Amino acid sequence: MERTAVLERFDVEKVREDFPILTRTVNGKPLVYLDNGATTQKPKQVIDAIVNYYTQLNSNVHRGVHHLSQLATDAFEVTRRILRPFLNAPHEHEIIFTKGTTESINLVAQCYGKAFVRAGDEIIISAMEHHSNIVPWQILCEERGAVLRVVPINDAGELDLDTYKSYLNDRTKMVAITYVSNALGTINPVREIIQAAHAVGAPVLLDAAQAIQHIPVDVQELDVDFLAFSGHKMYGPTGIGVLYGKEQWLKAMPPYQGGGEMIKEVTFAKTTYNELPFKFEAGTPNIEAGICLTHAISYLNELGLPNIAAYENELLAYATHQLTEIPGLRIVGTAREKSSVVSFLLDGAHPYDVGVILDKLGIAVRTGHHCTQPLMDRFAIPGTVRASIALYNTREEIDTLVAAVKRAATMLL
Amino acid sequence: MTINEIQDELIEDFAFFEDWMAKYEYLIQLGKELPLIDEQYKKEEYLIKGCQSKVWLHADHRDGKVIFTADSDAIITKGLVGLMIKVLSGHTPREIASSDLYFIDQIGLKEHLSPTRANGLLSMVKQMKLYALALQANES
Repeated sequence: MERTAVLERFDVEKVREDFPILTRTVNGKPLVYLDNGATTQKPKQVIDAIVNYYTQLNSNVHRGVHHLSQLATDAFEVTRRILRPFLNAPHEHEIIFTKGTTESINLVAQCYGKAFVRAGDEIIISAMEHHSNIVPWQILCEERGAVLRVVPINDAGELDLDTYKSYLNDRTKMVAITYVSNALGTINPVREIIQAAHAVGAPVLLDAAQAIQHIPVDVQELDVDFLAFSGHKMYGPTGIGVLYGKEQWLKAMPPYQGGGEMIKEVTFAKTTYNELPFKFEAGTPNIEAGICLTHAISYLNELGLPNIAAYENELLAYATHQLTEIPGLRIVGTAREKSSVVSFLLDGAHPYDVGVILDKLGIAVRTGHHCTQPLMDRFAIPGTVRASIALYNTREEIDTLVAAVKRAATMLL
Repeated sequence: MTINEIQDELIEDFAFFEDWMAKYEYLIQLGKELPLIDEQYKKEEYLIKGCQSKVWLHADHRDGKVIFTADSDAIITKGLVGLMIKVLSGHTPREIASSDLYFIDQIGLKEHLSPTRANGLLSMVKQMKLYALALQANES
């Protein structure tokens, strides 16, 4: 009954018609694209908008008085306007455009770090972070003589919240945690994490790169201080990312890079900086991607993230169940709360070998350490095979994956 | 046999495989059968770290010839490593340094030598050639 209800709200065959790439073949087989954690495919609404941008609008933003420049600027700012209610941010100027999640995190590490982090201060991250939520903080800690503290996880891939809470103190200057683990799929209890951090006056940055396309995010309800994500993992173009930051922090932070756009007045003696958000947006942005991200967000809004989440969760449960039936297959990451990712290993087979054979069968998965080497070390494995689900994937594709993994097992073991 | 004669022989062998499955099954078999490297060399200093799989490479210079042994933690990579060893090991530094490895393209496995594969194989071939070049420089 429940399944029928989900399917009624979500017509995946109709959704698939929006994604032209899904009809192509790979190695003579129909493409089964299960590498959505790396990047998602784009609906024709986004592709058409990209073509329209270059045929009708191309011009630099925030600079010119001429007509096209105005049109491009307006279209670019529409994205900021549509993002505000999408995130339920209090203000549009709290939404900063970046290249992607990595740049968003680096921006916070550098600018917040300059303003607030001193020798002996502590930054908390977790054992399941992506390299882009580890290295920027390591660099900051080295520069400032601060201490990086890493919250451990259990064998299921869940954060050890007691240890986390024991790490919090008045020297804690930042808690930077992923919302959803890219390698394991674990959904972290972010509300509890944020509340505990705020109790000692520490702000929280959430890496939402793997959450924003699967889970409705309300920054006010979460009371999160910083939120980082990428356009290309949410059906939008590559090269545009978002940093949401609370006004109080963004105002107190120095600029990220110097250049055009971020200034109010420049003399050789002194430069005054522009207002938010432009203070953090030096130079010409990725205009095309910024404008076309609107269409990806509208696409998600139209389908409705709660409907998408219900459909994807059902598919994830199905994939997990079907894969678990394969003898010798081990799921890595068995948290109670998971989203969209199923990472696994065939006992006795290297993930690279499995990936090569799946590729020959037209199936795109990610193999390796998923930019989470410390996490792989934690599990004492070289990597995993990761299937990551998007809104256009189907049960039939999961069946194809399962059959292919069985075939790989026959060949390799 | 010269390096090119070995390559030509491999190309002929691979022509018998009807599809990718047969080819990969052969590679996997090759990977499973060959104990390629002495355990003492399976350590950090002989390791070529690919992003995806690891390759260990050891070289010996005996009677004017270079003897390579190698291994990998991934079986398909190990099979390919085996092919490289078949072709390059036992030749003079000059022959190895100036060799053109055309067989890998002709047997349809070029993709495994692409830098984006990051399986350590490309770095291994580079390493083999650099080793030969260094020996060649020493000789002259």
